[in-house]
Amino acid sequence: MAIVVNRKKLPFWERLYLPVVIGGLKVTGRHLFRTLFGGKAVTMEYPEQKWTLPAGYRGAPYLVKDQDGNTKCVSCQLCEFVCPPKAIRITPPGPNGQQADRANAEKMPAEFEINMLRCIYCGFCQEVCPEEAIFLKQDWSHVGTNRADMIYNKEKLLSLGGEVGGIQKWKLKLDEAKAQENFPVKV
Amino acid sequence: MDWNFIIFSVVKVAVVFGALMTMVAYSVMAERKIAAWIQDRPGPNRVAPPFVKYIPILGPFLTRIGFFQPLADGLKSFLKEDFTPGGVKKIYFWLAPAVAVIPALMTVAVIPFGSVMGAQKMVIADLNVGILYTFGIVSLGVYGIVLAGYAANSKYPFLGGIRSSAQMISYEIAMGMSVIPVLLIAGNLNLSGIIEWQATHHWLICYAPISFIIFLVSAFAETNRTPFDFAEAEQELAGGYNVEYSSMKFAMFPMGEYAAMLASAGMMVTLFFGGWTLPFWGLDQPAHSLGMGLAHILVFIAKMLFFMVVFIWVRWMVPRFRYDQLMDLGWRRFLPLALANILITAIVLWLRS
Repeated sequence: MAIVVNRKKLPFWERLYLPVVIGGLKVTGRHLFRTLFGGKAVTMEYPEQKWTLPAGYRGAPYLVKDQDGNTKCVSCQLCEFVCPPKAIRITPPGPNGQQADRANAEKMPAEFEINMLRCIYCGFCQEVCPEEAIFLKQDWSHVGTNRADMIYNKEKLLSLGGEVGGIQKWKLKLDEAKAQENFPVKV
Repeated sequence: MDWNFIIFSVVKVAVVFGALMTMVAYSVMAERKIAAWIQDRPGPNRVAPPFVKYIPILGPFLTRIGFFQPLADGLKSFLKEDFTPGGVKKIYFWLAPAVAVIPALMTVAVIPFGSVMGAQKMVIADLNVGILYTFGIVSLGVYGIVLAGYAANSKYPFLGGIRSSAQMISYEIAMGMSVIPVLLIAGNLNLSGIIEWQATHHWLICYAPISFIIFLVSAFAETNRTPFDFAEAEQELAGGYNVEYSSMKFAMFPMGEYAAMLASAGMMVTLFFGGWTLPFWGLDQPAHSLGMGLAHILVFIAKMLFFMVVFIWVRWMVPRFRYDQLMDLGWRRFLPLALANILITAIVLWLRS
């Protein structure tokens, strides 16, 4: 059975459409003047204005140096292995290759490439790295005129990554373990 | 052979055509900007030739208001591939864009856009049957869209063409009926004559407001503007009659639409808002100097631009009518209303005479 909706018959003035039309013109006109003279446009004009990133934002992964300006990466290739889109390619130094430039490290990569066209900013490389040598920085805008430009080599990654001294790994692990132990917070 | 007449007519045609095309280009820009402002956006504000950024203040300002956007749009239209799909009816397919533009341009010929400059009346053709000519030409406008819809040989353009033919023919009647009270009151079919009448009396909007409302709404329908843009109906017909068109042939349709908008804005100004006259500063008399002649032209253009803004403004506010609502409005509301309007005007005029 069809449902009959009782529609109230509008008064004559309303049925003319005109009050509604004029009301609508007022609304759109108000928006027009607000945008034009009040500077209330909601658009963010990109290259001039950029949004503020949240603290936990994962951008592009870069290699970092330690406090002495030496390469932290030891060419263990864990990140290359874990990388889901296979964006990372590490060329190890080989048996007679270059020595690591810092003490307490056996080797460092001869070449370290990240293909920024493939990278999905997942952060697995940062998570898996035993030496804290790769970090996801808050950098999301990569520009290049061809595909080769978008493959960042070791030199470029190191210069972009900056410096993160020391290794906080065990301290962080400890904090994590502690946090997990008291997870259901006891009062 | 009156060489004077020929030379001045050619000059007037060239100037009016140039001005109209410029206004068409900038109407598109205005449409985009006003649309943007209404939707809280800044609108196109990037395009500029490279040297412009070295001009202080003015350069960035022009870029900001999208002054160079029409140039970029036009250039883009010319450089795009002009593709003719395999299944189309070629002759009509090539003819339709021209047929869409020409009537709109021809309408402008009889609209007086100024009083006099020197000894020249500022109208290309001062026809005694100006209004009849206008309606005759405006009816041709439907052919462009119908031909485009038919020639494309594909269902969406075809539907768009059918819809718009029914719509434009229906509203032409209401439109034609709505101006008859104006003619009765002014007692003249010549558009210059109507303006002169308005200069000595009040503007005709004061005498025939219902005519004006019917004319305004019919003008929206005639020019295929929202809320009556059934021919295009982006969301329903994927663009309607111009789906199969590309490049400059496609650009001709918007050009025709905007030219028709300008022409109907000009008609509204002429018929209801006193054309080039203003009731103060002595602007209601034919000009005696070139400066006054120029002032009259500027007054006319300003009034026309006001109606262009109304055209654009309404687009961002009223949703599209349903097809049966459109027909209902045209045939069952406007036609009787226009007839009653004629009758009442005639009776009032008869009683006062």
